[in-house]
Amino acid sequence: MGQFVYLDHAATTPLDQRVFKVMKPWLTDKFGNPSSFHSPGKEAKDTVELARTKISKILSCRIEEIIFTAGGTESDNLAILGFARANVGAGKHIIVSAIEHHAVLEAAAQLKKEGFEVTLVAPDTDGIVGLESIKAALRPDTILVSVMYANNEIGTIQPVAEIGNFIQKHRGENKYPIFHTDACQAAGAFELSVEKLHVDAMTINGSKIYGPKGVGLLYLRKDLRVQPLQFGGAQERGLRPGTENVAGIVGLAEALELTDKEKNKEGERLIKLRDKLIAGILSTVPKTKLNGHSTKRLPNNANISFLDIEGEALMLYLDAKGIYVSTGSACTSASLDPSHVLLALGKSPEEAHGAMRFTLGHSTTEKDIDYVLKVLPPLVEKLRMISTNPINTTPSPSNP
Amino acid sequence: MPDVINTCGTETWFYSDTVKDHFFNPQNFLKEENPPADFNAFGVYGSPACGDEMKVWLKIDPENKKIVGYLWKTFGCASAIAAASMCSVMCLENGGLSLDDAMKITPQMIVDRLGGLPPRKIHCSVLCDKALRLAVEDFLKGRKEN
Repeated sequence: MGQFVYLDHAATTPLDQRVFKVMKPWLTDKFGNPSSFHSPGKEAKDTVELARTKISKILSCRIEEIIFTAGGTESDNLAILGFARANVGAGKHIIVSAIEHHAVLEAAAQLKKEGFEVTLVAPDTDGIVGLESIKAALRPDTILVSVMYANNEIGTIQPVAEIGNFIQKHRGENKYPIFHTDACQAAGAFELSVEKLHVDAMTINGSKIYGPKGVGLLYLRKDLRVQPLQFGGAQERGLRPGTENVAGIVGLAEALELTDKEKNKEGERLIKLRDKLIAGILSTVPKTKLNGHSTKRLPNNANISFLDIEGEALMLYLDAKGIYVSTGSACTSASLDPSHVLLALGKSPEEAHGAMRFTLGHSTTEKDIDYVLKVLPPLVEKLRMISTNPINTTPSPSNP
Repeated sequence: MPDVINTCGTETWFYSDTVKDHFFNPQNFLKEENPPADFNAFGVYGSPACGDEMKVWLKIDPENKKIVGYLWKTFGCASAIAAASMCSVMCLENGGLSLDDAMKITPQMIVDRLGGLPPRKIHCSVLCDKALRLAVEDFLKGRKEN
């Protein structure tokens, strides 16, 4: 016993020791406030700017186009709310995909309350939002389009460069619409050049790329007008006031550099393990279905529906065996709603309730995958024995 | 005031040891497709679309009207499985509950015996008392289902 098979890297990754090492001095000895004019302050300021410079190289953007925030949610909110509010005079229509993270969806819902119109664009059954659907949703008063780079639940990769290229040509000399992408899951796995992706704004955070939690960034094209969400000092061009999280920013830059450098090699390794896991489950466990496109997905993501069982139950049975995963089931979410992503793909509530997400990472070995493939089938069998096998059941009185 | 009060004293998802025990080692669930022929009452409640469905089969002694056999199946989360298991234990202990007493089982009684459940899980996952009641009504109506 004593197994520890962590397969929930899409939720968060451990901090890379190499990242921790460069962060450490900035948590202890080097504590200056970057806004202070004395030497310790200057040293901290220089470090923040060095981190910004390093990141700008990976993103092929200008140094000042990087805004440090406290994470992915804040970056998404700043992009969506901040841009829409500052440009309300130009149009009151925004487009977001139906499979976005709640940080985008709830920001869009807030805009709706403020008088904006929001079009949710559905993905195809493979979980991919096609350019044609975006084209169809565009209106003359559309000011913003947001489509994530890779989905956090099913890992499907969206044609961001294609959509971005189209939007850029579509607006021509005009300023609208702009294109934002949430790249939290894609960072560390794929190309992040904003030139190649044709994005005007992009969200990245530290806690999915073996960096620290509580730090993220928003790439924001320099000429975009954005209203801040909070008010205070002049940090981050006034768009994100508050003393900089120096250690976090140093860690974010280091984590992004490391994962970006190692992405191809690590991606190849993970794809092999991912495909072994998927093929292993689909072939040994009956009534299972892969959710999302089989190849256009993150190297580390396997999302599989186990019919006739409820995800939370399986998740906890796996937990007892030292295997840590996530589920699309309603029962583990605060809202008690099943995954909006799976429902948007046209999956039935039953499929969503039985969906398990396995996300691999640096620590994942072939031995881990073999262990899962050994432990999982009997657990599924046991839960199915308990289950009412709802697929074959007769209609029942409704649940009030 | 909520009609069911959480007694595990926590808002988290973590379950009590009793819940875990019944979840990992559920009692009295029906392993086969159909119950033994001498089971004479059946109730089903909930819907898989909502994430939980509960089926209860009872063997009721026609003489003394006590529950002498209780089998269940559920499509549900950990708390649904634990609650179903606990409810079956409550019905079968001390020689079996009378139908009158079985009809009086409330979610609160099951939650208390489980050492509490996370509050928001109670309404959606404690369906066994409803399925049990439907099974008893099924018996009283004189119907016999597998």
